[in-house]
Amino acid sequence: MTLPLEGAMALASEQDIVMSRQTVRKLTQQIGFSLVDQTKMVTAASELSRNTVVYGGGGEMRWALVTNGAKTGLRLAFEDQGPGIPDLTLALTDGWTSGKGMGVGLSGSKRLVNEFDIRTAVGEGTCVTITRWK
Amino acid sequence: MQRIPILQMGKCLLVTIQVDLQDQTALALQDDLAAKIETSGARGVLIDISALEIVDSFIGRMLAGISGIARVLDATTVVVGMQPAVAITLVELGLSLEGVRTALNVERGMQMLRAAAEEDGVDPAA
Repeated sequence: MTLPLEGAMALASEQDIVMSRQTVRKLTQQIGFSLVDQTKMVTAASELSRNTVVYGGGGEMRWALVTNGAKTGLRLAFEDQGPGIPDLTLALTDGWTSGKGMGVGLSGSKRLVNEFDIRTAVGEGTCVTITRWK
Repeated sequence: MQRIPILQMGKCLLVTIQVDLQDQTALALQDDLAAKIETSGARGVLIDISALEIVDSFIGRMLAGISGIARVLDATTVVVGMQPAVAITLVELGLSLEGVRTALNVERGMQMLRAAAEEDGVDPAA
C-alpha cells in the first residue's frame, strides 16, 4: 500500500510509537532512502513519538514529502498540547534527562536529521519538526 | 501485551527478538530475564537482535539494563547480530551501549559466553 504524500496519525499510546516507526519506514522506502538513512529517520521518529506520548500526553505526527530544487526529502512534525519544555537549552543538552530516558532523545534525534526545529511554550505544548533529505 | 520467549540451553539463556518492540514488551523482557536467571542459575545470556530494524534510546537502555542486572546476578550477557545500519544510527544518536558486550553473530556470542564460563570453571553445556 502506498502512503499519501501528506498525512497525519495520532500518537496516543505506546502502540502508536510502533505504528509511527512503521509509517516512517514505509515513507522513507517510498522516497527511496538508503537503508542507513531509513534507519536514522525511523529512529529519530521513534524518539520524538515517545516524547509526544510520554511527556506531551499524546498528540500527533504529521508527514509531508518535500522537495527543494532537485532534492527530495521527508518532513515530520510531532505536536502535542502538553506541558511544554521550560528550559529548552537544557533539554537539548546531551546527557540531560528528565529521569525516564538516557538523555539522548532530543539531542540525538537532532544529529540523525538534516533540519531540526523545535517550538515550545510552557502550558501550551511542543512541536518538533525534522527533515531529512535523500 | 506480547512477551518475548526465553529459551534455556544448559547454563545459557537465549533470546531472539523478532518483533517491533513496544516499550512495555522491552521492560517485561528485562523483568522476565532477571527472574529466569535466578530460577535457572544461568551463567550466560545471549540476546539476538539481528531482526531488529532500529535500536532507539529506550531499547538501548533496556539492553544496558539487562546486562547490568545479569552481571549483578553473576551472569554474562552478550548482544549479537546488530545490523550495520542500526550500529551507525546508534552511535550517531549518542548511545555507545557501555558495559554491554556485543558479538557479530550467534556463533561468536556463544564462544564469548563459553570463554567467560571457562574462566569461572563452569561448563556452560552442563
